[in-house]
Amino acid sequence: MSQPSEARPTRGPDAESRAWLAGLRADGARGEDARHRLHDLLLRAARFEIGRRRGSLPHLRGGDLDDLAHQSADDALLAILAKLDGYRGESRFTTWAYKFALLEAAVKLRRRAWQGREVPLEPEHWAVLAGPEASPAASAESRDLLAAIAAAIETELSAHQREVLVAITLNGVPIDVLAERLNTTRGALYKTVHDARGKLRAHLADAGLRFENETIEAGA
Amino acid sequence: MSERRRPDDVDVLRGLLGPEGPELSCEACFEALDRYVELELSGADADARVPGMRAHLEGCGACDEDRRSLRALIEAGLASAPPAPAD
Repeated sequence: MSQPSEARPTRGPDAESRAWLAGLRADGARGEDARHRLHDLLLRAARFEIGRRRGSLPHLRGGDLDDLAHQSADDALLAILAKLDGYRGESRFTTWAYKFALLEAAVKLRRRAWQGREVPLEPEHWAVLAGPEASPAASAESRDLLAAIAAAIETELSAHQREVLVAITLNGVPIDVLAERLNTTRGALYKTVHDARGKLRAHLADAGLRFENETIEAGA
Repeated sequence: MSERRRPDDVDVLRGLLGPEGPELSCEACFEALDRYVELELSGADADARVPGMRAHLEGCGACDEDRRSLRALIEAGLASAPPAPAD
């Protein structure tokens, strides 16, 4: 995956962020107090995230959800303390810290929502792309593209690329859930998706087909 | 006369083919997420300041959910309430 170049110089942390860093790096009671304060913030962030997403987990009780919030805050605090030297002051410290709590909460919620569910990886889920029953009202252009993609999924992709791409983009499996099942990471799976998409795009280009990434008016 | 792809076809195609052009990895996206969201909320051109972020967010639903969550948290005012530890 290519890495676009960074377009902005680093600025230093503001006074409040420097105070957080100093507190968290301090020994004794001061350091303990800073870590306690940060945990409180992370817990609030995790509860906020869980509150936004609780509709995806209607079977979970309030106590279960609060346990998830505490686990998220605990894990986020550990991650932050381990990565404190990586904070470069490009945002407020609290914004930087919150993202760890939100990530932990979101991943835990997605995994809890799929707990005990089978992750669909079967090839028949993508094969229907090529069939007219899948998209009876589709334009001829869409049908050509979908049929070409269905063929390319079979011929151009490795079995692993096929499974990952289909599970995530067609079957709606959250990438963090699939990462857990396959004992890998979100980043590694997304790289697989990215490479698979590149192969599909190249195949379409060779066939003279192009997807403009938007609805297309023909003859307007 | 016009011929228009149905939205669900577009969604399927967009999901399968992803964004065009260079994009950040999930790890680089997470690294830049806090700065990107603050830039967005300040009205700055976040996409120009963090190249490759927009393409990645279009291609990775999970990272885009993380962005929306962080933005919503800050917009809700929770991020500004607590004071930093005293020196």
